[in-house]
Amino acid sequence: MKLGPFILRRIFLSLFVLFGLSILIFLLARVVPGDPARMALGPRAPQEVVDQYREEMHLNESIPVQYYYWIKGIIAGDFGKSLMSRRAVIDDIKEYFPATMELVIFAGVLMAVFAIALGSLAARYKDTLVDGLIRLGAYFGIAIPSFVLAVIFVLIFGYFWPVLPVFGRLSYNVVAPPTITGLLTLDSILTGNWAAFWDAIKHLILPVTALAIAGIAQEARITRASMVENLHKDFLAAERGYGIPERKVIFKYLLKPSLIPTVSVMGLDLAGMIGNAFLVELIFGWPGISRYGIMVMLRKDLNAISAVVILFGAVFVLMNILVDIIVAYLDPRIRMGNVRGT
Amino acid sequence: MNIESLKTNSIVVFQRVKFLERIGKLWYKFSRNKLSVVGLILVLLVVFSAILAPWIVPYPQHAGAFVDFDNGFSPPSGRYLFGTDAFGRDVLSRIIFAFRGALLMPVVVLGIAVPIGVFLGMFAGYFKNTRIDTLIMRMTDIFLGLPPLILALAIASVLEPNMTNSMIAVTMVYWPWYCRLTYGMASSVHNEYFVIASELTGASRFHILFREMLPNCLSPVFTKMALDVGWVILLSASLSFVGLGEQPPTPALGQMVSDGSKYLPEQWWVAIFPALAIVLVILGFNLLGDGIRDMLEIRSD
Repeated sequence: MKLGPFILRRIFLSLFVLFGLSILIFLLARVVPGDPARMALGPRAPQEVVDQYREEMHLNESIPVQYYYWIKGIIAGDFGKSLMSRRAVIDDIKEYFPATMELVIFAGVLMAVFAIALGSLAARYKDTLVDGLIRLGAYFGIAIPSFVLAVIFVLIFGYFWPVLPVFGRLSYNVVAPPTITGLLTLDSILTGNWAAFWDAIKHLILPVTALAIAGIAQEARITRASMVENLHKDFLAAERGYGIPERKVIFKYLLKPSLIPTVSVMGLDLAGMIGNAFLVELIFGWPGISRYGIMVMLRKDLNAISAVVILFGAVFVLMNILVDIIVAYLDPRIRMGNVRGT
Repeated sequence: MNIESLKTNSIVVFQRVKFLERIGKLWYKFSRNKLSVVGLILVLLVVFSAILAPWIVPYPQHAGAFVDFDNGFSPPSGRYLFGTDAFGRDVLSRIIFAFRGALLMPVVVLGIAVPIGVFLGMFAGYFKNTRIDTLIMRMTDIFLGLPPLILALAIASVLEPNMTNSMIAVTMVYWPWYCRLTYGMASSVHNEYFVIASELTGASRFHILFREMLPNCLSPVFTKMALDVGWVILLSASLSFVGLGEQPPTPALGQMVSDGSKYLPEQWWVAIFPALAIVLVILGFNLLGDGIRDMLEIRSD
């Protein structure tokens, strides 16, 4: 198994990308007009204080030297102070990040399960009503921006048919479980707090659906196309010839090789998803890092913006490595060391 | 009538027939999927209503800083087909004017991002395995190392919030995709005999890059452009939804949705009609893009 070097190489490339990203963000933050020290301290701070702050933050040094101090801090986990929350950005991240992770994990799982199920259904019943409905649904699913879907959900479930909560992670009358992992569902299972578990699940349904729909539609289309392409391959004919039932042929022997394109594109759809989380969290009042990100962006809180962007860069890089490992598992050509693109 | 003119005439006629035949073939490929035709109709409707906006909308002056509080929040009626917003402005008129910005976005973004991306990609592909290749492609990797919406939000947020800067942000998101696509094409074309042949005959680098290689790299670029229009509109609508796009009083679709969502559920029309407009525009361009892909590419179904 030659998976090891392949993944090592990916990790090395990812570290490089993260490093480049940090330079990009640093330069972006320097593009902003205005004195960063003045922005941090406010217009009424006395000049001596501003000068002292500039000195402390190395703002009088040249750009590369500033970058050096900045990246040194970040590697040590020090992103500076947020202007919005008036405390260390790292504390904000610790508080808000798990909520977003919970959302994204659920949405990712939902996306994979439904996309594969719907895609293989459409392929199995190709050119029938089922296929037609799924394909039509996919067109709409791709065209509806997740923020539009979220607004429509709030309208329907917030007012006309209030069966699901549309705000926050937990109802006010439910006792929250103690923070262990920060994922409410997991924490409530660990502490046996079933009331909180169900409440958390209920709160998750709408934002997760709003996030996952686009990915489901996209991936279902790809799964269907890839299965249809493989439908008449010889190995399936051989299996049918052996008298293996059609259902087993389709869902066992056809599905696995057909999932390679699905999973390969999954990285892109996950990217779309964590991007859209920024808007969906805002609409559903989800106290996550994405909503925090939007709020600091609208306030030009540069330390916090850089931290959020680098954090999501790291998350995205990790997701891509995960996707590559799954593809390698599905595709023996890669697993056996015949790495693509080299 | 002499025989010569008859000859040229018949050649002209013949060429015209051939041309029509080609168009007919393309149209056949395009219209085989009825959804592509639906997409084309949707797009034409949006484009023409955007161009003719000042003449066809019921209240052209409502697209700006117009205030008529007496008619604020009128529900949809014969007078205001989609109702009015908090300031009494006709939602339909504002939607149609917002189409202009929504359409300008992909034109400008792709108009800038595609040439930059294609040029850099060609360059890197031609100088494969040199420092130029490494420099360009690693830079591409960095830009692709962030989810598109997050990168666009980050760029737009440090700049002043307006239409031009949101265009800059979305352009910065899109060029790397075209760079990578063209790079792949160029590095495979690079070793073809016709490129080697023109190198041997002493053709200039400019000639090789732009006359020999470029035409052979463009077909997937056009396909991707057709498919990307909908995504660009979606991305810019998302930016304008959080207030980093066109600023009021000029209407933009995302901005209208976020504005209107404050008045849910009683004044639902203020948010829901612009939301539906976004869906229809994106759906139209996606269907059209699929049709164009089917038309340009030889695919086995």
